[in-house]
Amino acid sequence: MATTTSIAVTVNGTERSAQVEPRMLLVHFLRDELGLTGPHIGCDTSHCGACTILLNGVPIKSCTMFAVQADGQSITTVEGLTRNGDLHPVQDAFKEDHGLQCGYCTPGMMLAGAALLASNSDPSETEIRMAISGNLCRCTGYQNIVKAIQRASRAMAGNGAPERGKTEGGEA
Amino acid sequence: MIPAAFDYHRPASLADALSVLDELGWDAKLLAGGQSLIPAMRFRLAEPTAIVDLNGLAELERFEEADGYLHIGALVRHATIADSGLARERYPLLADAAAVIADPLVRNRGTVGGSLIHADPAGDWGSVMLAYRAELAVRRVDGDRIVPIDELFVTTFMTSLEPSELVTSVRIPAAGTGQGGAYEKLERKVGDFATVGVAAQIALAPDGTVGAVGIGLTAVGATNLRAAAAEQELLGSSADEAAIASAAARAAAESNPSADGRGSEEYKRDMVRVLTARALRRSVERARGTV
Repeated sequence: MATTTSIAVTVNGTERSAQVEPRMLLVHFLRDELGLTGPHIGCDTSHCGACTILLNGVPIKSCTMFAVQADGQSITTVEGLTRNGDLHPVQDAFKEDHGLQCGYCTPGMMLAGAALLASNSDPSETEIRMAISGNLCRCTGYQNIVKAIQRASRAMAGNGAPERGKTEGGEA
Repeated sequence: MIPAAFDYHRPASLADALSVLDELGWDAKLLAGGQSLIPAMRFRLAEPTAIVDLNGLAELERFEEADGYLHIGALVRHATIADSGLARERYPLLADAAAVIADPLVRNRGTVGGSLIHADPAGDWGSVMLAYRAELAVRRVDGDRIVPIDELFVTTFMTSLEPSELVTSVRIPAAGTGQGGAYEKLERKVGDFATVGVAAQIALAPDGTVGAVGIGLTAVGATNLRAAAAEQELLGSSADEAAIASAAARAAAESNPSADGRGSEEYKRDMVRVLTARALRRSVERARGTV
């Protein structure tokens, strides 16, 4: 025991190899080994969703999976949401709508929102609230989080490009 | 928190997995979705010295109707069922339950087989499978067997399976006309375990009376419970409001809840009555809708 296993994981589009102890949680691998501090640790009980990442495009809790299980898989953290320096429409919308207060839940919320919009481009408010129901905002700032995901949905409907800095009236 | 150290096995085939299990016995824990096991390991409530990771074994991901059954592979994720058109159209009890297990992130990872074998009385699938009268396909190195759901649960977190055995799939009778089911769950908030849950599945006879019924109860006993007296009460009735009320009262009487932060014994027992009636009403509506 306590031997290490070599893994190769594609993280935010880049292949990363490492030696890990099997008991290392994925969130610790991302934070401590790769220096990606976007996935936060907000609880010890798999409840809060602050550590949300996308595993092959699907949002999961990175505290409830071992790093060794990610071998051969593709992972996206909040650091990987930007494209060529441009914010993802969800990130842009969180900024526009003030979809965060303390910011602790924000990476998880944005990834849950981005995953929802990838599979459902025009979600209802109820669908949005259901999609983020595994992510806790201890500031209880849900209203603006939902508004931000709605804004991102509209932005992505028009050309799929982020509507940086545009007002409501500027939408197609 | 950090789990205790363990040896990690990722078998490349089901045969390899069975060999490893046969060799390691009680020392090994099977890792499916990990949504119960990994939290338990983080709290050192479980300290297995070996983990056998089943993820990647495609033969455990079957989800299809064949030979008069719906086969649900042990690695089928809750979200797969929640999003399945087949489940929504033909197995509404499955779809109901899958949509209210834990939260969306956990549902993307957690599995039917793992949840069942964890044998937590607050787990939802146990009640669903009791209502469907499901059977488990179980393999070991030197053979296989079918385990009826009524023979699975021994007590909290304990099943009748041997350490060398592995559940490959769960099968429920294929849906037919005149059948319907529903799951009712009372929870304090999204992601919480059930305060009380009730699964019901009904088959109406051609004359409209209840030809078969299954009722499973969540979080009101040492295991998921079959409400056998309630089933008997409803069987052969016309499933009218009086029959449903009588059956619901029976279910409450035969439940065995404990008081905790989610409510008193008296409260939970009454919630069994309320939720059983709701689940039966919806099951009957759905059964009549398929005829």
